Amino acid sequence: MSVLASLRTSQVAKNLVSSFFKTYMMNRQIFAIKGMHCASCVYSNEKALKAIPGVEEAVVNLNTGKATITSDMPIENDVIKSAVTSVGYEAIVGNINKENNLDEKIKKEKAKELKNLQIKTTVSLILGALIVWGSFPGLMSTAPSVLTNLFNQLLLASIVQFWAAYDFYKAAFSSLKHRLANMDTLVVIGTTVAYIYSAAVVFYPGFFEGLNLKAEPYFDVSSVIIGLILLGRFFEAKAKAGTGEAIKKLIGLQAKTARVIRNKKEIDISINEVVVGDLIRVRPGEKIPVDGVIVEGDSAIDESMVTGESMPSSKYKGDIVIGATMNKSGSFVYKATKVGKDTMLAQIIKLVEEAQGSKAPIQRLADIISSYFVPIVIMLAITTFVGWYVFGPSPAFIHAMLNAIAVLIIACPCAMGLATPTAIMVGTGIGAEHGVLIKDAESLETAHKVKTIIFDKTGTLTRGQPEVTDIIFNDSARQFLSRENKVKKSPSPRQFILQLVASVEKNSEHPLGEAIVKKSEEKKLVLSKVEGFRSITGKGVEGIVNGKKVYIGKLLGSESHTGGDSLKSQGKTVVYVYLDDKLVGLIAIADMIKETAIEAVKSLQETGIEVYMITGDNKQTATAIAKQLGIKKENVLAEVLPAEKEKKVRELKSSRLRSNSNYTSSEERSDESRRIVAFVGDGINDAPALAAADVGIAMGSGTDVAIEASSITLVNKDLRSVVRAIELSKKTMRTIRLNLFWAFVYNIVLVPVAMMGKINPIFASAAMAFSSISVVTNSLFLKRQKI
Amino acid sequence: MDRILVLIFGLLSILFTYWYFFMKKTKTVQAEGTVNILVDGGYKPDRISIPFGQTTKLVFLRKDSNSCLEEVILADFKVRKFLPLNAKTEIEITPEKKGEFDFSCGMGMFHGKLIVF
Repeated sequence: MSVLASLRTSQVAKNLVSSFFKTYMMNRQIFAIKGMHCASCVYSNEKALKAIPGVEEAVVNLNTGKATITSDMPIENDVIKSAVTSVGYEAIVGNINKENNLDEKIKKEKAKELKNLQIKTTVSLILGALIVWGSFPGLMSTAPSVLTNLFNQLLLASIVQFWAAYDFYKAAFSSLKHRLANMDTLVVIGTTVAYIYSAAVVFYPGFFEGLNLKAEPYFDVSSVIIGLILLGRFFEAKAKAGTGEAIKKLIGLQAKTARVIRNKKEIDISINEVVVGDLIRVRPGEKIPVDGVIVEGDSAIDESMVTGESMPSSKYKGDIVIGATMNKSGSFVYKATKVGKDTMLAQIIKLVEEAQGSKAPIQRLADIISSYFVPIVIMLAITTFVGWYVFGPSPAFIHAMLNAIAVLIIACPCAMGLATPTAIMVGTGIGAEHGVLIKDAESLETAHKVKTIIFDKTGTLTRGQPEVTDIIFNDSARQFLSRENKVKKSPSPRQFILQLVASVEKNSEHPLGEAIVKKSEEKKLVLSKVEGFRSITGKGVEGIVNGKKVYIGKLLGSESHTGGDSLKSQGKTVVYVYLDDKLVGLIAIADMIKETAIEAVKSLQETGIEVYMITGDNKQTATAIAKQLGIKKENVLAEVLPAEKEKKVRELKSSRLRSNSNYTSSEERSDESRRIVAFVGDGINDAPALAAADVGIAMGSGTDVAIEASSITLVNKDLRSVVRAIELSKKTMRTIRLNLFWAFVYNIVLVPVAMMGKINPIFASAAMAFSSISVVTNSLFLKRQKI
Repeated sequence: MDRILVLIFGLLSILFTYWYFFMKKTKTVQAEGTVNILVDGGYKPDRISIPFGQTTKLVFLRKDSNSCLEEVILADFKVRKFLPLNAKTEIEITPEKKGEFDFSCGMGMFHGKLIVF
């Protein structure tokens, strides 16, 4: 016996040791396998991986397409790859790390580029200043002779031209090879002309004097232009980095590790290794690693980073928690339901990235112009040269050359190209920070034109769950209660009624009954046993409680009840309570309006937007709720079947649905070309309406289908986010218009001015450098706006 | 005399500029699963026809240090991607509509076309 026992103990110890090794000492590698489609693929991959020397265990998951191998020493990527290839599949090893490396690489590259730009800018501005000092008429006399020497100026200018501006040349030549032209082409042509002319003057002054030209070089023009344009690029690059910050911030929100309970032990693992079904412990002050459902404990969680909602929300067992949010007070254990790219944060990042990659319709014109712009500017510069040479005052050549250079330099197609995308990037980023996710640039553009918003009632304007709002009792209830009091101490008449009714309703499955039972649970009432429960179709329910017959339902008899009627007119559902066939009171139940709904409706109406409510409820209930919300009676679309919602949206879009409103005059109709309609909803049945509307706004608490069909998703339940979304759209559009205005002023207005010879080339380069900076900076100003 | 020469020379230059930049013929490259695009002073090839409904991999290789070309935007496919210098960047797209779709650099200076057939 004892031998057996000790054997068993040693076996247990062995298992323990081996599981310890597996958990702590073994090396785990996770990678993806491409091309799997069946269970046998899993088998052959597992077999191939296990055959690698050193591999203890290989688990391949068909659903995730990922394989995990456990080995005592790390297995080389090539070995894994060839093992998987040998059975006909493809292993993608080190994918997760590769992403990180790529980000790292991009970051390094950008930093290097910026540093390089900074050095070149500084050097060329200093050299440019020295040349100006040695050549500018008023300053020349104060300059040391070394600077006034033309050969020295040529040397300094050459450094700027061929070292600092090297990248301009490289870019210009590679484009020209493809018969394309861009900003670099303009800079290169402009500065090269000035440089070559000046160099020629230095070497052959006699030739120019023979042509009646003053032998005067223009090295200051070429070097200062290059210096200023580099300066512009430097600031632009710095500012542009700020426009894409939102994504970086979102990625930074993610937790790095998770405390997972495996084999009854808590271990810290990398967030990439968490799988669905893992139990994760989160302590106060810790970040929640992935999405999941609480299975033990409760806490207050700060979700502001994801939803924009500032108040921490209380979470209990069964509640959903979102990854990257912050656990404030309690400690709890939750089960991971979504990991990796399925988490809410990952979805948000993907949405924002996609939105930033999309194009706003307003950009189209700028796009068309900028793609033809540079060659046209080159032709205009030639025209300028010819015009000034043929018709201009003497010295004609100098005027012609300088003005042509000014035309080349003042044009800045970059500003046009940057005007819209930078604002869209900042705008979508701010939205994400406030829990407003915009699907694409087009939605952001359309949202500011919205003139009509239709709110779905249930679950959007209201909480979507019936709640007991009023319990009213009469003298009969008091009488019953006083009789009860003789036997034992009894609660207030309200609790007395609620306890009896809830006891009966516990047996019913009606949603109104559920609301009553929930209320009794909130009040911590102990329910009684019910005998003879029955449901009377079309009337109500009844049962015997403590020897008394309790009926709950419609009024019995023909009399009406004033208290009940007034509650009904508020849109509430009223059930009457009878004890031993005597009316003792009533209970009113209503789907409560969200606290933020009234304010949201009011703010929207203040901005001139017409607010509609759509619901399947009867007219009376719908009108009563609309009244509380401040929605006009004629804007209530009641008794609409779920399938008809989309039709109603289409009708409103074509502006025909005004039959019950009083302004159907032709004047009203003709002055609106077409109404831009937004629909706010959350349910599956809202999806067609969301898609049919010009702007579909889904509440994030809603279903995935609704979110999929919408163009804007509100991550929080706060209805004021609808106002924010529209406000954000307005502000972004204002920024875009201002940006486009400046870009067009620089390019369309200043180019003719330069042709007329009113702009000095150096001033032109300063203006050009400033134009793209001003556009990007203006976009960044959006960040400061309150929405 | 010199004025007439400048006038003639100027006119010829304008004509040359127009011909050089606006009259070029572009070849359309047919993509089969994967297409390599060289990013160097523009996109090469810049007209790519891809089959409808099939996933096509666009592999961008950026050789040009010009910051204009550091990002590529496929607006209709909602893609904005940074292209690291001298490295291959893969973008997978599955067209769900037929037609011509523009792709461009971050500032909209360089353009290319995807033709979905």
